[in-house]
Amino acid sequence: MILAVDTSLGTAVALVDADGAGRSDAARADALGHAEVIGDLLVEALSAAGPGEITHVVAGMGPGPFTGLRIGIAAATAFAQGRDLPVIPVPSHLAPALTAIETEGVQGPFAVVTDARRREVAITVFDGADADGIPQVVQQTTLVPAVAADLHLDGIRRIDVATLSALDLARVGARALAAGRTLATREPLYLRSPDVKLPGAPKRVGL
Amino acid sequence: MTEPVVLGIETSCDETGIGIVRGRTLLSNTIASSMDEHARYGGVVPEVAARAHLEALQPSIDAALQEAGIGLADIDAVAVTSGPGLAGALMVGVGAAKGLAVSLDRPLYAVNHLVGHIAADILTPDSEPLEYPTIALLVSGGHTSLLHVRDLTTDVELLGETMDDAAGEAFDKVARLLSLPYPGGPEIDRAAADGDPGAIRFPRGLSKASDLAKHRYDFSFSGLKTAVARWVERCEAEGTDVPVADVAASFREAVVDVLVTKALAACADLGVPRLLLGGGVIANRRLREVALERAAAAGVTVRIPPLSLCTDNGAMIAALAAELISSGRPPSTLAFGADSTLPVTEIQVAEAVRA
Ligand SMILES: [Zn+2]
Repeated sequence: MILAVDTSLGTAVALVDADGAGRSDAARADALGHAEVIGDLLVEALSAAGPGEITHVVAGMGPGPFTGLRIGIAAATAFAQGRDLPVIPVPSHLAPALTAIETEGVQGPFAVVTDARRREVAITVFDGADADGIPQVVQQTTLVPAVAADLHLDGIRRIDVATLSALDLARVGARALAAGRTLATREPLYLRSPDVKLPGAPKRVGL
Repeated sequence: MTEPVVLGIETSCDETGIGIVRGRTLLSNTIASSMDEHARYGGVVPEVAARAHLEALQPSIDAALQEAGIGLADIDAVAVTSGPGLAGALMVGVGAAKGLAVSLDRPLYAVNHLVGHIAADILTPDSEPLEYPTIALLVSGGHTSLLHVRDLTTDVELLGETMDDAAGEAFDKVARLLSLPYPGGPEIDRAAADGDPGAIRFPRGLSKASDLAKHRYDFSFSGLKTAVARWVERCEAEGTDVPVADVAASFREAVVDVLVTKALAACADLGVPRLLLGGGVIANRRLREVALERAAAAGVTVRIPPLSLCTDNGAMIAALAAELISSGRPPSTLAFGADSTLPVTEIQVAEAVRA
């Protein structure tokens, strides 16, 4: 079985068999509270999956709000470490892309659009699936001001998602594994540098 | 389980601390710090710290296990800091701790960082066991707290804390005023070596009779910082060189004086002849000297854990959980988060209700 964990949007945990058949799916749509729910969702997904050995852990690498995103990656990585399992990093947008192609039958180019806070959205453009059954990225993930998204997409069908299926994330991971492909590095898709400012001269307090 | 093996995860600030204990025996204390990444910003940048925690966790856990000479299968429980601290940083540790505990199918103990600093003391095998009650003074870049500890696992009371900057922060900010690098503590110490601590009488925050009524055990360092800034500006206005050594020594003396005076006042008021020091600022030699000297005069015994256990670390978190386990406390449920302002009275978070 393959375990998938993602906290780029809500909190989503699922288990699939090596062939992608779903075993269990546990999720909360809430875009906050990832740290609070991740443990119980793991337990819930594991017990609902029934017997069987987990062989790999898929981690959704974002994009997503930093603080929430990291919780899932930390949990997935530690879970894998606890059982000495490999981690398969997968860009989170691949999950809704697979859902669009295989569940909703979307044909041709389309864009997965997620909230990136600060009045920006994260956009990845896909066009069908490749020979390995993995959604084909035709435009890498970028941040775009929310008001400019339609202009940016220029008529490409837009699919806004607020939650994703960890089952589909696990399936993408399973397919990448079967094809011997690496879809992402272990570095989260932050897409933004931390907010920092270099200190200037100390403020004068006045004599 | 009298001697539980516990792995503790601490990510409340800029140190990724993984500690492993067996009961009260320290097996490993592994710390990865992102301090260097914060140096150019003059202070801890929360997002930079949180990113660094995520990167450091897995290798730190591996390193801690190796140092302890055990495998994850030998771990009886996982412990993690739930708060207080930087929310985003804490959440990385909480996520990892839950993932690890569920993976290993081991109980998880979510504990209080400040009480962890006190628990660090029980990992010192060569000294007598910590006696209760004790007053505890915890001083670091993130906190300045005075506690009354009647029992490590059940009864800790906050007597006072800083109203503005933590003492360590004050060192950082004054270092900047004196054009000294970050972190300020060791830099001020170095600069103060040849200075006269009595050269300038800087103000002691919340020490006037009128303040003592309401804030007897509270601290404030922002007025002191402003006083130093004013002094430096006056030198500049007069075109004279800033006497860095004297300013550093006098500033440090003001901080140390207030910390020790209030801690010993608590000892006297509450009739507790014991003082435990903890937190990274305890690395300051002058603070230790003055505390030991004045405590001795007041008939108060001072305990200072080894410095590697005074700075933020995972061993103290593991040690606190080991004490909770040994005293028969059930683990935490999995339904807790990071609490950046967790009160010190909450020693363990989300304790399960025994069926
Ligand atoms: Zn601390």
